[in-house]
Amino acid sequence: MKRLATLALSALLLLPAAGRAADKVSDGVVKIGVLTDMTGFYSDLSGPGSVLAVRMAVDDFGGKVLGKPVQVIGADHQNKADIASATARKWFDEEKVDAIVDLPNSGTGFAVVPVATEKKRVTILSTTATTAFTGEKCTPYNIHYTYNNWMLANGTGREVVKQGGDTWFFITADYVFGKSLESDTSDVVKASGGKVLGFARHPQNSSDFSSYLLQAQASGAKVIGMANAGGDTINTIKQAKEFGITPKQTLAGLLVFISDVHSLGLDIAKGMYLTTSFYWDTDDQTRAWSKKFQAHPDNKKKAMPTMTQAGLYSATMHYLKAIQAVGADDADAVIAKMKATPVNDFFSRGGVIGPDGLHRHESFLVQVKSPAESKGPWDYYKILKRIPAAEAFPSVEAQKCPLVKK
Amino acid sequence: MSGTGIHEPRTLIRMGVITPRRKAIFFAVMAGLGALAPFAVYPVFLMNVLCMALFASAFNLLLGYTGLLSFGHAAFLGSAGYVTGHALKVWGWPTEAGILLGTLVATVLGLVIGGLAIRRSGIYFAMITLGFAQMIYFVAVQLPFTGGEDGLQGIPRGKALGLFPLEGRYAMYYFVYVVFLLGFYVIYRTIHSPFGHVLRSIRENEPRALSLGYDVDRYKLVAFVISAGLAGLAGATKAVVLQFETLTDVHWHKSGEVVLMTLLGGMGTVMGPSAGALIVVAMENYLSGFGDWVTVIIGCVFVVGVLAFRRGFVGEAARLLKSFPI
Amino acid sequence: MQALFGQLLVGLINGSFYALLSLGLSIIFGLVNVVNFAHGALYMTGAFFAWIGLSSLGIGYWPALLLSPLAVGVLGVVVERTMLRRLYQLDNLYGLLLTFGLTLIIEGLFHHQYGNSGNSFPVPEALQGGSNLGFMYLPKYRAWVVLVSLLVCFASWFVIERTKLGAYLRAGTENPRLLQAFGVNVPLMMTLTFGFGVALAGFAGVMAAPIYQVSPSMGSSLIIVVFAVVVIGGMGSIFGSIVTGVGLGLVEGLTKYLYPPAAATVVFAIMAVVLLLRPAGLFGREK
Repeated sequence: MKRLATLALSALLLLPAAGRAADKVSDGVVKIGVLTDMTGFYSDLSGPGSVLAVRMAVDDFGGKVLGKPVQVIGADHQNKADIASATARKWFDEEKVDAIVDLPNSGTGFAVVPVATEKKRVTILSTTATTAFTGEKCTPYNIHYTYNNWMLANGTGREVVKQGGDTWFFITADYVFGKSLESDTSDVVKASGGKVLGFARHPQNSSDFSSYLLQAQASGAKVIGMANAGGDTINTIKQAKEFGITPKQTLAGLLVFISDVHSLGLDIAKGMYLTTSFYWDTDDQTRAWSKKFQAHPDNKKKAMPTMTQAGLYSATMHYLKAIQAVGADDADAVIAKMKATPVNDFFSRGGVIGPDGLHRHESFLVQVKSPAESKGPWDYYKILKRIPAAEAFPSVEAQKCPLVKK
Repeated sequence: MSGTGIHEPRTLIRMGVITPRRKAIFFAVMAGLGALAPFAVYPVFLMNVLCMALFASAFNLLLGYTGLLSFGHAAFLGSAGYVTGHALKVWGWPTEAGILLGTLVATVLGLVIGGLAIRRSGIYFAMITLGFAQMIYFVAVQLPFTGGEDGLQGIPRGKALGLFPLEGRYAMYYFVYVVFLLGFYVIYRTIHSPFGHVLRSIRENEPRALSLGYDVDRYKLVAFVISAGLAGLAGATKAVVLQFETLTDVHWHKSGEVVLMTLLGGMGTVMGPSAGALIVVAMENYLSGFGDWVTVIIGCVFVVGVLAFRRGFVGEAARLLKSFPI
Repeated sequence: MQALFGQLLVGLINGSFYALLSLGLSIIFGLVNVVNFAHGALYMTGAFFAWIGLSSLGIGYWPALLLSPLAVGVLGVVVERTMLRRLYQLDNLYGLLLTFGLTLIIEGLFHHQYGNSGNSFPVPEALQGGSNLGFMYLPKYRAWVVLVSLLVCFASWFVIERTKLGAYLRAGTENPRLLQAFGVNVPLMMTLTFGFGVALAGFAGVMAAPIYQVSPSMGSSLIIVVFAVVVIGGMGSIFGSIVTGVGLGLVEGLTKYLYPPAAATVVFAIMAVVLLLRPAGLFGREK
């Protein structure tokens, strides 16, 4: 009996120490899951390029943290919320994934973030736009890294109204991202003295936009705001030209990636305003990293990085550095460290992750060059304005995240 | 589907292969296996199988026993899921009440769609049900409460009978298991009732059933409504299990999937659809690493099934039993 | 006003595709007694063949307009000879199930190879631009699509209803055994009819490529609407399926103008009404 008690006591005493050693890096590996759209209409702007960006970050970090290997796995969620949620559950339950990153399309984001919160694992959103992720729906384990609707709406909306485009009609992707982008931009347009004349909603991944464009035409609005993304935006722009709408009415791309401009060609896209948080040709640092990304053997299309891919590299580095600094991969501690440390790299110059999880950093209002202005492939943007972090993103107070105590 | 060479259990009964005793033992063993399964296999997977098995069994009541191919059964699965999800999440209803409401909505929907669809038969019936299901799909895309493309997320599981929280690993499983057994019992009784015999006579020879004085349309409609209601029960339960409901469940792929389950397991057999559901769900689960090849594989299984394996696994097993009496 | 005509034009274009596809379905159903679920997938295949031809072989739109339907037709012949043929003695529901399986295979393969995102196919140079008609702006290519589709539809109708070959086809629908006894090779005729029917779908696919993005899912949502069109029109009449196809396209366009959210469901609502009033379809007769 006495022996048993001693045994139990020593076991109890040993337990915390042993636990700490094993818990330092749970399961002996740091696993980052890139859950993204590998084949669909966001695959060019995130997809395989996102996985590559995360891998590059892990390689540049040395492939190990705290002496344990860092693994990257990728999966295709096909833009379906149910597949995203099921994959996330499987990753957390069976594959011991520590962090899920990217999550293009807010629908899949809304499916995965609650699962991660329940399991106390980290999510880092990069290709996700809805502002509410760090607002009313904020969670302690989520970081929103690259851009959000507020930034897009304010950057582009305000500028276009200032240029005289004061009546708007929206062509909106009919899911949470599109609708919230539309409402954010409407607010900005109205606040800047413009008017919103109407909207048309289309399903994600549509092919024929003619009937929506005709509604926009009938509204007589000066500006047609495209609250959609990827292939949908590309098709809207093309068909607007086909139906002779574009010269008379102006298109405003609210979420346009450099990959979209690349596939449209400058002749069709020229003159368009857009807001982005990254452009490869900004300074020596961005050029150096982007050229490395472009030349990477796994980058089959030899594309320049989009803002979300660049953002993912930066976010992964920041995450791994936080694990290193904390000395463990415990989600609470790592997130706290990430929020406490400013980011300083080619993507984010002095960006700070707020208590709500939103990464506030500098962004850019740019205009697409005309073919004559462009010196070659991927020379697409003129930077009109560098928007400082405080102006580019909503303040912590404005986000109204319930986690943040007033 | 007349003349498909389905082996009637009655032949086997007559031959003494199936005796009441053997049958009772068989069902007891199956039920026991079902009760022990979650200790061996990932319960979420099992619950998925049970829901789909109920769905396929309900569908089989129509295809296997009445000879009507509905190509739109996803409409009932999905709409019940949405309604139940909404009732639990937004109105805060108790779990059972939510599931009942979902089932009820699917039943009413079955009455409307069935009432229209049975005005045509055969191939037209299939196309009409497909058309109405697609209509339900578009409605689900547009109605605000379904969440459109985002789906309905975060459905609470609640408590069984207001007492037992269903969050745990096993509680939810046994809840689903009980629902499945209940649904399965209803189907079993329907098939073996006089009503079920009339359905089979309609399948074999509709004009003859008509000439015998049966109100064929009425029988078809009742069968359709029961089938739709039970499909709804499956969908409602599934929404509680997975805690979300999305457009996948009202998409025509789902309607095709249930046809495949039934075909693969053996249409017109009691256990066939459940066996088929197990195979198809397992395929989707364990082949998911193959990415988009899964669709191709399922398509191939479909084609091979139609060309060479029309009796399905249970049908083939019954045939073997007949040629080698125990 | 401009909006109304614009939407009607969009409806007319959709209607021409409905007509082309439901015509093919009707011809196949009439003679081969199979409802071809893979019709939408073969329409998509036609569009993809054109796109692959352009992007990797340098074959332009005009040759593709002929070559792509031909290739799809050959594919159809292979399917009919190797698989569909085995099911003729069975209930025709098995044909539907088989072609459903084929749809999954075809869509899955293209999805695997080319992803889900649309690939754009440029409008041929001769048909670029458009003209302002005053009340609306008419892109040239869209006008071309409407004209050519209707032309092909009526040519097929003429062949079937007014020529000797058509007479054989119609006779085969009524009584294949008797026709066989007259020395007509009915199995061959069935193969060729199936090939021709799916070639029409391939042709529609090429026509659609420059308007819609070429993507693996382009056929599947369309085929279900076409099924509804077929139920509404009744499969008994070739003429009926053309008229119903175009008519429903226009109704859809009108709905987009009056109440856009109902545009996707209006065809199915009409199907419900027709089933209540005329179960056999507008032009059909109950067999």
